[in-house]
Amino acid sequence: MGNINKSKDEYKKLVKKNSPPLPRFKNIIKAYLVGGLICLIGQGFWNLYILIGYNQTDAGAMGTITMIMIGGLLTGMGYYDRLGQFAGAGSMVPVTGFANAMVSPALEYKQEGLVLGMGAKMFTVAGPVLTYGMVSSFFIGIIKLIFGG
Amino acid sequence: MADKLKGQTLIFNNSPFIISYATVSGPEEGKGPFASSIDKICTDPKCGKDTWEKGEKSMVKDAISLAMKKFSIAPKDIDLMVGGDLLNQIAISNFIARDYKLPYLGIYGACSSLIEALIFASISMDGGFADSVLNFSSSHYQTAERQYRTPLEYGAQYPPYKQYTVTGAGAYILGWINGHVKITAATIGKVIDLKISDPNDMGSAMAPAAADTILQHLNDTNRNVSDFDLIITGDLGKTGLKNLRSLLKEKNLELGNKLSDCGAIIFKQDAKYGSGGSGCAASSIILGSNIIPALKNNKYKRVLLIGTGALLSPITILQKESIPGIAHAVLIEKIN
Repeated sequence: MGNINKSKDEYKKLVKKNSPPLPRFKNIIKAYLVGGLICLIGQGFWNLYILIGYNQTDAGAMGTITMIMIGGLLTGMGYYDRLGQFAGAGSMVPVTGFANAMVSPALEYKQEGLVLGMGAKMFTVAGPVLTYGMVSSFFIGIIKLIFGG
Repeated sequence: MADKLKGQTLIFNNSPFIISYATVSGPEEGKGPFASSIDKICTDPKCGKDTWEKGEKSMVKDAISLAMKKFSIAPKDIDLMVGGDLLNQIAISNFIARDYKLPYLGIYGACSSLIEALIFASISMDGGFADSVLNFSSSHYQTAERQYRTPLEYGAQYPPYKQYTVTGAGAYILGWINGHVKITAATIGKVIDLKISDPNDMGSAMAPAAADTILQHLNDTNRNVSDFDLIITGDLGKTGLKNLRSLLKEKNLELGNKLSDCGAIIFKQDAKYGSGGSGCAASSIILGSNIIPALKNNKYKRVLLIGTGALLSPITILQKESIPGIAHAVLIEKIN
């Protein structure tokens, strides 16, 4: 039966042969450089806040807030997705990537209304990070409770 | 009296003419190689409306009214309208049908929807059930991305074989008069699934179905490749087309320049578009802006157009199901 008598494994091999190669090494280098650069900028803000008189803890929080703001702003201006295509995990893992994951659905679903659109769908991308972040902190809390510290 | 299916192929005794048609596209297609022959290019994907979906609807409406205007056809002259798009519940097509108040059949064949519509229209005309049928189909980068993938501004990294949804619409009116271009046969495809499950690689998921339909058509009509000027698939993209070539080569069918793909040629060469275009609008735009004009100018005499559809849903993908593919073909010929 059928004109194409190919098994799924044979076809998978064929597809692999015909697909353009994924530039994995190049992607790792780009991710490393861009991710590092983002963290360097974050560190710069931290030092700047210490310089203008904040204590160590507050300066850290202020630095993070600034980076989140920049991530959100670049998303709204339509640049962060391009950065993401270039840098991959390099722009996704730092806190600016988390801002992008929150702001991009917020922008997207605004047209379906503020409550059931933007409000509900804002967590479609970042939701798993929050869920499993909370689950992990629960288990770490238990471990801390048992072993003290 | 119409003839029964031969294998999977219908040969029409009374083949309908494509009497009028129009294509509308978004801004990216407007930078592509076929820009000059697209009837209307919207520089704003929202077409001045407040949502992407209204923008897509506006493109379909423009395509239909332009197609009607070109040949002075009024909605009352249309017996039946058949259309489909990529959104859940084929929402765009339903809203279009609401505005025209004509007998309407909404269809879903993913990106093969226009070809499925043309087959349905040809069957109803060959059977004597209708004298004029309006077919339309559309897809839209923004409306499709948000339904099938992630938010537009999300910074994910896509592989180079991912395709870029074509924004635009096409409307094709079939009738009995004023034509040079006829739909003379159609091959109805089978759903084929060789277990590709990467939603970024829909071209590879659909290529086996396209190969199957091409081989079936040649077999059912006792024709060989030299009888065709062009065999063109809908939206396999560059990677899918490569897979199709390999599959056909294994069956000793080397098509060379005769084989092409609407998605692979619709955009200009740019890494941004990945493997090329996808979506109903790829074939809907290329048929009107390239294939029919070439038939009219006698560049081609006989073209096999294969609509390809990746029949996935965002839900079944999450459930780790593979992507079933379908391919329907229409044989379009120049009649002097």
